[in-house]
Amino acid sequence: MFLKKIAMASVVSLLGSTAFAAGHGCSIDARVSIVGNEFPAIQTVGAGATECTGGEVSKNLTADHQKINLAGMQGNPAEYTTAIVANSSIVALMNDDVIRPLDDLVAKHGKDLKQNQLITINGKVMAVAFMANAQHLVYRADVLEKIGMEPPKTYEDMLAAAKKIRDMGIMENPVGGAYKAGWNLAQEFNNMFLGMGGQHFEAGTANPSINNEMGVKTLNMMKALSEYMNPDFLTHDSNATNAEYRAGNVALMNMWGSRAATLVDAEGVSDEVKNGFAIAGPMTVGGGDQAASTLWWDGWTVAKNVSDAEAEATFIAMTHAIRPAILEDGEVAKQAVWLIDGYSPTDAAVGVFAAAQMNTTPYPMLPYMGLMHTALGAELADFMQGKESAEQALADVEAAYMAAAKEKGFL
Amino acid sequence: MKHRTFFWFFAPTAAAMLLFIAFPIVSVVMQSLFVPHEAVLIESENCGPFGCTKSTTVDQSATEQLRAEKPLGRFAGLSIYTDRGHLAFAEVAEAWRTSDSIGAFFKELSDLPFYRAMGFTLTYTFVCTPLLIILGFAIAVAVNSLHRRLKGLMIFFSLLPMIVTPLIGSLILFWMIDSRGVLGQLIAYLADDPSLSLKASTPLMWMSLIVYGIWSSAPFAFVVFYAGLQTVPQDTLESAQIDGATRWQQIRFVVIPHLAPLVTFVALIQLMDNFRVLEPIIGFQAEAHAQSLSSFIISDLSGETQQLSSAATTSVLTIIGVAILLSPVLVRTWRDFRGGAH
Repeated sequence: MFLKKIAMASVVSLLGSTAFAAGHGCSIDARVSIVGNEFPAIQTVGAGATECTGGEVSKNLTADHQKINLAGMQGNPAEYTTAIVANSSIVALMNDDVIRPLDDLVAKHGKDLKQNQLITINGKVMAVAFMANAQHLVYRADVLEKIGMEPPKTYEDMLAAAKKIRDMGIMENPVGGAYKAGWNLAQEFNNMFLGMGGQHFEAGTANPSINNEMGVKTLNMMKALSEYMNPDFLTHDSNATNAEYRAGNVALMNMWGSRAATLVDAEGVSDEVKNGFAIAGPMTVGGGDQAASTLWWDGWTVAKNVSDAEAEATFIAMTHAIRPAILEDGEVAKQAVWLIDGYSPTDAAVGVFAAAQMNTTPYPMLPYMGLMHTALGAELADFMQGKESAEQALADVEAAYMAAAKEKGFL
Repeated sequence: MKHRTFFWFFAPTAAAMLLFIAFPIVSVVMQSLFVPHEAVLIESENCGPFGCTKSTTVDQSATEQLRAEKPLGRFAGLSIYTDRGHLAFAEVAEAWRTSDSIGAFFKELSDLPFYRAMGFTLTYTFVCTPLLIILGFAIAVAVNSLHRRLKGLMIFFSLLPMIVTPLIGSLILFWMIDSRGVLGQLIAYLADDPSLSLKASTPLMWMSLIVYGIWSSAPFAFVVFYAGLQTVPQDTLESAQIDGATRWQQIRFVVIPHLAPLVTFVALIQLMDNFRVLEPIIGFQAEAHAQSLSSFIISDLSGETQQLSSAATTSVLTIIGVAILLSPVLVRTWRDFRGGAH
């Protein structure tokens, strides 16, 4: 009986102390509801917010977040009090006016935030960024050593290395790429097109300008790369491409920094793949000096259609989730290129840092960029399958974009 | 039944149909005739971790005023119906003028999203529906002739494809036909071509989708026909046996005529269902090879910028398509009804 009591008491005190430790002085008095993507760093932020006590904190972290965040914030009161977004997806929330300016809350609760974390649009703080991201090269050092080549600095080098790996019989399809028809394929086009020196729109207007020589060169390079990919490449998103890398089927790929850091931490990855894993900066293409990649930030917003108490609770919880102290955990520090005060780059961050140093173009935050992205994703698959010419595919993209932009009132 | 009684009997159903079917359709039609206001764009300065850039943004206060004045948006008439994303009148006319042969015209046509989706949807509908009716009928006859004790078990197994959630069912098949999956490897081995991939080839992808469609819908036909088989008049069957009819002749001349009305019913439901094909396209991630009107609606609604008017227009076109598809069957049913009434 005595022992039982002791055991009970210790359990109770243990529970109490973990609750206290987890609280870290984060107390809120209203509901917080988070929607966002599901990669490791965002999981950490989501878990950080749920440490807060005093109000209910719920989270919905899914790869489909873009399909639900707008609908979930349009109601009044909004279902989600915050959406974790990137520089592409904030545009849809801005276009429909569902997020609120944060200046008052930053002044009240944001003393730990650095100036460059604040995303300001026309002088108003609309989001708080916590990490930077970019796509860059991930490769197998051991395989490149075998063929006697340096890690590629350009996509042309990548093709040469891929050819050699295949010719030497090391791998059949050594190039990995998230070329899934839809968003992913369009994003690879954006990278390559910007690397070729292209601009998606005529300056200052919503008129498309992709059906040109740079567009054609972009598509031809993508086609050339796809010859060295798993034949199912049009169904492979980042997750499937990573699985191919983990299985040892891929030696060279353009991958997100946010996924590269923890790429080989999964169960069942062979030692060969683990030891050969290496990261480098983004590549250039077509002799240009602009990296064929885009810079991204990820950050959180606060919904407009919620009460002031909920907005404040959300701001407190989300600021708590990205406080400098979370970097004390080595695993967390490695998950991303954090923009948080006190972050020092880990080995996994070299790719994104190289992208920033190369003055890579940030993904365009234009109100009509989303429509262009959708049109690219829908119309480029035909070209990749060899069903039509590059010029025809680009003309189709422009026509599809124009129809959508007219409907939405941009043209 | 007296008219008055009938009215009160039917009133709750009528109210529910009005509320949940008629009103939403009216609202979708309205939505398809209006588009958002012209965006008021202003130059803005955006700052973030990568410095400040001059950019363009939507002027919210001006847009809000426009919305307050006309909450429905701009009246667009049928312009969304005729734009490139839907019926594409201008593009079709252009293709007709410029192409020198029917073949070239159809090639141009298949480059337009709506007509390409129609190409797949109609193929899918008209291949799947008859085959699943035949398969469902064959299973029903086979199960019906089994020993009483085995029947329950076999019925359960035959119903499995319908019990499995369509998305999950197609996802499992999707993994199996992956070039590294069980079926994918087997097919590559049988064709003696290691680089053969089902997912990379449009004809093979269409075949996989159609096979999936038959697999998942055959149980529905089976259940209906199996129920029908229980009502086949035994004395007719017995007299056929006495006359020396073979098993095939019994099925051909007794069972099939008896089940004919049920075939119409199954065909009606399945034409409607197959025309709205969606789950296999999503599950098989076949967007690069096959599209349907329903998958357009999904992509309009799930893009980074939602296109509600476009999605509404596609919905209305789907309703019209289903109506056209069902009209021959409905006309026939109406005639039968009239014929039987006097």
